[in-house]
Amino acid sequence: MLKLIGVLIILIGFILKLDTIAVVLIAGIVTGLVGGLDFTEILSTLGSAFIKTRYMSLFLVTLPVIGILERYGLRERAADLIKNIKAVTTGKVLIIYTLIRELAAAFSLRLGGHVQFIRPLIFPMAQGAAEVNYEKVGENEIEEIKGYAAASENYGNFFGQNVFVASGGVLLIVGTLGELGIEVAPLAVAKASIPAAICAFIYSTIQYYLLDKKLSKRLDSKKVNYKKETANEGVK
Amino acid sequence: MKAILLEGLYILAGLVSLFTAIMAFKDDKHPTKIGTTLFWGLLAFIFILGKYIPATVVGAMLVIMGFLTAFKQVRFGSLKNSDESFRKEKSKEIGNKIFIPALTIAVFAFGIAQFTNLGGLVGLGFGAIAATILALTMTKAEGKYVVHDGSRLLQHVGSASILPQLLAALGALFNAAGVGQVISQGISGVIPQDNILAGVAAYCVGMALFTMIMGNAFAAFAVITAGIGLPFVFSQGANPAIAGALALTAGYCGTLMTPMAANFNIVPAAILETKNKNRVIITQIPLGITLLLTHIVLMYVLAF
Repeated sequence: MLKLIGVLIILIGFILKLDTIAVVLIAGIVTGLVGGLDFTEILSTLGSAFIKTRYMSLFLVTLPVIGILERYGLRERAADLIKNIKAVTTGKVLIIYTLIRELAAAFSLRLGGHVQFIRPLIFPMAQGAAEVNYEKVGENEIEEIKGYAAASENYGNFFGQNVFVASGGVLLIVGTLGELGIEVAPLAVAKASIPAAICAFIYSTIQYYLLDKKLSKRLDSKKVNYKKETANEGVK
Repeated sequence: MKAILLEGLYILAGLVSLFTAIMAFKDDKHPTKIGTTLFWGLLAFIFILGKYIPATVVGAMLVIMGFLTAFKQVRFGSLKNSDESFRKEKSKEIGNKIFIPALTIAVFAFGIAQFTNLGGLVGLGFGAIAATILALTMTKAEGKYVVHDGSRLLQHVGSASILPQLLAALGALFNAAGVGQVISQGISGVIPQDNILAGVAAYCVGMALFTMIMGNAFAAFAVITAGIGLPFVFSQGANPAIAGALALTAGYCGTLMTPMAANFNIVPAAILETKNKNRVIITQIPLGITLLLTHIVLMYVLAF
């Protein structure tokens, strides 16, 4: 039972938001000690596992090129592309963004973010679509649209990234299973991540569709009123 | 062949870290110059020469790095990106071509993994090299920005960049200490040992719950895979790639539903100025639960 102290240290450390690296190291060292390893054995287990899993940090070699592309307006270009989306409803704006975000993540393009894309682009576009379609979009509706806009970033990001063969998540799976004596290839893990990615997209689409339904039920459509007005004019 | 190429790429990754150390050292406005230099310098040493020195020494270096992050000595300095007007101007000038180098990395990684026996990691490395050359030709950026921007991004990611490796190492220590056996003995009273569906459900739900408590699916994966995955799912003959992949995304379902994952759920609510600070979580819960249940079905059907 005492051996679980490492799990407890991780739990408490993460909940208290202590330094992550230090918490993990302490949990490992303490677990090793109560598990009967001496300090040298612990250090060498730690060291050899770290050397063996260096491939998990190979993304370092991609940082210079991503940095240069950002210097020359990679994000600005992506923002321009998204601005040009022509979508008629709030839900459709979010469907298209989730799709783009998920595909980008699957190609290891880190082009998203609540600060960079949701606040300045996606939320205003989603709100704008509602305001084009409906008479008066109330505070409650805007609050809900905010929630959905933020969620669209998370859905696309989380469930797309592992489709990339050298993503952090895939390499974590390969590395952790490897340390437990199970060999798997990154490509097999990446391919196995596709079904969940598709399900996540389908479910998010359903959720956005339901949002559109809810908005049209609650709010007065501009088009309907327009028709009523013209009809009245006809009677005159 | 593959091993030699990989070793070469580790040296390259080490050089990125080494240049980050040098840039931090030369950065007079850096708030924690010495600590940051030491951290990236040690990482560079481990990447380039770690294989040739005793593992105990590497372990000791990691502990030193842990001390540095614990005392907040590893931080971002004053390396700058180009200013906004320059970026806007260049993005118009270069156009959509700017995506080509970025996509090159993924295309190489997948292509080499699929069609050669060198694997996706060698592909990632080759892709990064090809992409860098392409980007330099396309933007006509000066060569010094390879170092400048690489260091800038690595300092931004910060010490968290070694977290996946440390978690794998934690898994190794858990394994050596026999933590998995303790957890599985504890749970075996609750979960029938030879029932595949029960094992799969426990693995997925365990991942989601632990992620919700810790706010970090990567850390949960190391713990829950040793404790539940190994004895109740992998030992029953699951396809490890499929079960592993689904376990991690089952954890992500938990991430959708917890305030502990503040970066994804609480900070965005603040950025969007929602009235309810849990607005994002409230929106995500229906999808999180449905997708988690789907994971149990997918793992049961596809991994066995």
